[in-house]
Amino acid sequence: MDGHSHRNIPGTPVFDGDRAQKGYALNKMCFSFNCEQNRKAFLVDQEAYCEKFGLTPAQREAVRKLDILAMIEAGGNIYYLAKLAGIFGLGVQDIGAQQTGMSVAAFKEKLEAAGRS
Amino acid sequence: MAQIVGGIATSHIPAIGNAIAKGLQEEPYWRPFFAGFERARAWLKEARPDVAVVIYKDHGLNFFLDKMPTFAVGAAAAYRHADEGWGLPVARPFAGDAALSWHLIESLVADAFDIVSCQEMLVDHAFTVPMSLLWPGGGEWPVKTIPIVINTVQHPLPSPKRCFHFGQAIGRAIASYPEKLRVLVLGTGGLSHQLEGARAGFINKKFDLLCLDKIVAHPEALARYTAMDLVALAGSQGVELMNWLAMRGALTGEVREIHRNYHIPISNTATGLMVLENETLPTIRHPAAA
Repeated sequence: MDGHSHRNIPGTPVFDGDRAQKGYALNKMCFSFNCEQNRKAFLVDQEAYCEKFGLTPAQREAVRKLDILAMIEAGGNIYYLAKLAGIFGLGVQDIGAQQTGMSVAAFKEKLEAAGRS
Repeated sequence: MAQIVGGIATSHIPAIGNAIAKGLQEEPYWRPFFAGFERARAWLKEARPDVAVVIYKDHGLNFFLDKMPTFAVGAAAAYRHADEGWGLPVARPFAGDAALSWHLIESLVADAFDIVSCQEMLVDHAFTVPMSLLWPGGGEWPVKTIPIVINTVQHPLPSPKRCFHFGQAIGRAIASYPEKLRVLVLGTGGLSHQLEGARAGFINKKFDLLCLDKIVAHPEALARYTAMDLVALAGSQGVELMNWLAMRGALTGEVREIHRNYHIPISNTATGLMVLENETLPTIRHPAAA
């Protein structure tokens, strides 16, 4: 997206038109998880559910591993990915810990420390 | 004529909704956050709004990426919350004010804000959590509501300046409404936080404190940042400051700070609360209140 005012901010993916196109199938699948029936259907057969939404191989692999950074790399938007993570009982602090390679306790401590600074 | 009694900006984190559902308000983790709202609620008793215009962002409940409006205005007689996928209890329904919505829509479009009007609209936690914080307990909500959504999900986002001007247009629209109504404007989200990427957990206390200072009397100083500046300074989700700026833009008079609270962290977020009163309204003090 050169020519637009995107800045390279380390560790900060910007969800723009490129990512929105790339991640459309993955995000659409995750959007379906607003419905409990769909969450259950996903858990019954994850591969079939991914197939139904036409996920790319990279997206499927990331979903299989529940790898948030890989999902983002494949165009996932965090608000939609949160719905997928929620199926596995993972909240934003679990996701934060996973993406930063920290334990959840260490991630929480990092946030607490920001308050003391 | 309708009057804007004031504006409130507050964080809208889903975990707050869960804490309310579980009754954790007095727990040591939550107390510094919830305590901030006591003053806001006392002020609301004096301000007695009839309608709350709630400016927020939709996190993938009502809008998907198939159609992503930059600015959307609810125009329904009622609004529902719904399952968002990760377990937040569903809030009870909200009454709308369709007549005021259509007045806003007419006025905003005439003012060159080509909004999307929504006769059906689900409202997500960014709308319901602030409402629950300001009017806790069950029963009917004491105000009618108008949801207004700004896209801070998919770039390109509107600029902070554009959001501030949008808020000013909302303020003009409310002020020109012939009905005698007392209107509160809410802006939800913020302050600094980032959920995604290797910089997840990013918080910028210094910048947040600057925002809390500037939003009162010098909002133009914040409107000068670009959206990408806000991503850099306040984190990917810190761009929700734009909802605060729109709220601030809607205030038509000199504003007076009633109360502020700032607490780190709730979940991944540096939380902020700001209660602003329109100083041009001498009638706001109501002897029966207090």
